[in-house]
Amino acid sequence: MTLLVVENLAKSFGGVHAVQGVSFSLAAGELLALIGPNGAGKSTCFNMLNGQLRPDQGRVVLAGQEITGKPPRQVWRMGVGRTFQITATFASLPVIENVQLALLSHRRRILRFWKPLAAEDPAEALALLERVGMADQAQRPCGVLAYGDLKRVELAIALANAPRLLLMDEPTAGMAPAERVALMALTARIARESGIGVLFTEHDMDVVFTHADRIMVLERGRLLAEGAPEAVRADPRVREVYLGHEGTH
Amino acid sequence: MLGNLAVQALSGLASAASLFLVAAGLTVIFGVTRIVNFAHGSFYMLGAYLGWTLATNLPRGHVPFWGGVVLAAVIVGLVGVVVELLLLRRIYKAPELFQLLATFGVVLVVQDAALWIWGPQDLLGPRAPGLRGAVYIFDSRFPLYDLVLIGIGIAVFLLLWLLFQRTRFGILVRAATADREMVGALGVNQRLLFTGVFFLGSALAGLAGALQVPRESVNLQMDLAIIAEAFVVVVVGGLGSLPGAALAALLLGQMQAFGILVFPQITLVLVFLVMAAVLVVRPYGLLGRAPAGHAASLHIVEPPIAPLSPRGRLVAAVALGLAMLAPLVLADYALVVMTEICVAILFAATLHFIMGPGGMASFGHAAYFGIGAYGAALLVKHLAAPMELSLLAAPFAAGIAGLAFGWFCVRLSGVYAAMLTMAFAQIAWSTAFQWVAFTGGDNGILGVWPPAWAVPKPVQAWGALVLCLGGAFLLRRMIFAPFGAALRAQRDSVLRAEAIGIDTMRTRWFAFAIAAAFAGLAGGLFAFTKGSVFPTYMNISRSTDGLLMVLLGGVQTVTGPIIGAIAYTGLHEQLLRLTDLWRAVLGAIIIALVLFFPRGLAGLGAKQ
Repeated sequence: MTLLVVENLAKSFGGVHAVQGVSFSLAAGELLALIGPNGAGKSTCFNMLNGQLRPDQGRVVLAGQEITGKPPRQVWRMGVGRTFQITATFASLPVIENVQLALLSHRRRILRFWKPLAAEDPAEALALLERVGMADQAQRPCGVLAYGDLKRVELAIALANAPRLLLMDEPTAGMAPAERVALMALTARIARESGIGVLFTEHDMDVVFTHADRIMVLERGRLLAEGAPEAVRADPRVREVYLGHEGTH
Repeated sequence: MLGNLAVQALSGLASAASLFLVAAGLTVIFGVTRIVNFAHGSFYMLGAYLGWTLATNLPRGHVPFWGGVVLAAVIVGLVGVVVELLLLRRIYKAPELFQLLATFGVVLVVQDAALWIWGPQDLLGPRAPGLRGAVYIFDSRFPLYDLVLIGIGIAVFLLLWLLFQRTRFGILVRAATADREMVGALGVNQRLLFTGVFFLGSALAGLAGALQVPRESVNLQMDLAIIAEAFVVVVVGGLGSLPGAALAALLLGQMQAFGILVFPQITLVLVFLVMAAVLVVRPYGLLGRAPAGHAASLHIVEPPIAPLSPRGRLVAAVALGLAMLAPLVLADYALVVMTEICVAILFAATLHFIMGPGGMASFGHAAYFGIGAYGAALLVKHLAAPMELSLLAAPFAAGIAGLAFGWFCVRLSGVYAAMLTMAFAQIAWSTAFQWVAFTGGDNGILGVWPPAWAVPKPVQAWGALVLCLGGAFLLRRMIFAPFGAALRAQRDSVLRAEAIGIDTMRTRWFAFAIAAAFAGLAGGLFAFTKGSVFPTYMNISRSTDGLLMVLLGGVQTVTGPIIGAIAYTGLHEQLLRLTDLWRAVLGAIIIALVLFFPRGLAGLGAKQ
């Protein structure tokens, strides 16, 4: 089932064409990797999908509903979870309250003024934390967590609204290699179990080629190649502009 | 008629010239050091007093007079250097609000120093030699000295422009204004640069003050009067922008000159309305730009808040029990102080609500206290409403004002938000001050007495205890409830909060209005315990009182504002009784507090 359809997306900053005419689609339960050298337009692309940036042209359609240009809040309500390249959590709140807040927001129960958040039923939040392996740190404030743990908390938060689509901008950046593989394996399992489509950007080629069902290569704002990992790996243009670069390091 | 208009325009230019001199110094200092210097108005006042002393003591003549003006400017510049070296240099990395507060401490110290040296009376200086007369424009007179002042304003602008374009110092100042971290990384001696900028900026303020001596009397209110206007000029022009300051000074000068013809009642309101309008359309001022490098923010990483421990609950319960019993045994005077403390607790708790959990800076929170007080008093005066009804109306009026003003304030951040809150407070204050027919102006509204049953002091103390501590308790519940958690969440990360469907702007807006409403309740209570209301209920000093209570107690804890309000009110009361120089002592305490206990009193117990 096609979950996300992106048509002819474009964005310029001043004279710089950050993203030009990008089109692709994503199926439920599929892990799609968006790769490309620095400055290729990956983050710009992401920010247009979840509404942080308004595209100059093009359409984004989620499960038949157009979400182009809607603010992040609304995009989230339509079932898009997001994790950020630099983790964004609520540093002064305990891990579990980070997740509880997302759960309450999902049920539109934020405007409550009497009963403490801590007294809300923690079961559901704990279950989510259990899934990402953070239940044992539920009471610690996010501000003191290790970076890899923060990435997992972000994943739990992103899952709180039972999303149909997960947007993960460099989900494993800043993590140790063993952690990277573990986190992506976890993401892949959750995606398949729940039929969530996952679009992620990633610099670590091991992660990409191990977990992605399909890979898109972005270069200078344009989609250069797209296909199954083996096809992309074999594509001479990709080798030249992207993997070739990597190889020379 | 034509002459009249020309003279109005020229006098607008003359006030623009002196306003520009003050604002130029303020904006250059901010541009480089990122410090909003409240004491800048004090430097202006010092310049005026020094100019007066020199003008009256030096022999008459052109050279001594103008030499005296320049000398006054240089001395004030050196005073600025001393303040920079001893105080500001140590707090460049502190949160903005602490810096603002430290410079407010300097304001208090300078006020009492001036009182001690020059006395409380207004001082009239001699006219400038050779410039006593007036010129005729069409058929209207215009003072010659004001023409010279306009010339000086233009000359200083050109000199500063040359300084910033042509000299190494000036280029470094501009570079630091654009990106301070980069300039630091390039190996520029920042300490020297900062001190130099402080000398320049303070000397400009001193010059402006000394130049005022032939125009108007020198008095102790000059500092806060000019700083409010200078803030408006700098913020409207864009913090750090010299041409912006010039443009805004021109705009404001003309507006005041012609505003007085068209709307004599609301000239002050007009000034701040323009500022609010500019900030909403151009959040960084007319010619300002968003600062490069790290975004200015009030909070770096907030520690989590925790509910009271069982022992804390016990202490709170015992304290509350004792407070409830106190009216049975305390004398009337002590009960009056106790009532004041209760009002202060609620006021501080409301300010803390938006500053701590909300992460918003407010420099005009007294507006809502005052609007509550006036709302209640006006009902009593014009409609002879009973106390019970008026006390209900107080939070209502303040809450509406909070919704209206807050809608604008929550759209800005950092210094700009603080300045906008101050602008709104000044609007409220000047309405109370200038709309004499409705609000009684400076004389306030008298005879706001409670009904017979609520006259005895113990009853008032109990009433204040129940309503104020009850209000503070409600706010505390909200902080821990989902709404408060969302408020803290948006403070920690707007990005994440929006990404989980929290409308961060609306959350801040509601919090602002809720805080305003409770502050209004505090104000209404205060009006009935004092029996009167005055414009001072919403002046800058009262807003800073609130800030002091919150910062004294520590922004990071929920109990902080309560401790801070008790400590501050007690301290204030004691100082008033002990010494005439209570401002200086208070100022010194503020400075010491910022330097040595940036986490507040409540932070004393908690180890890092």
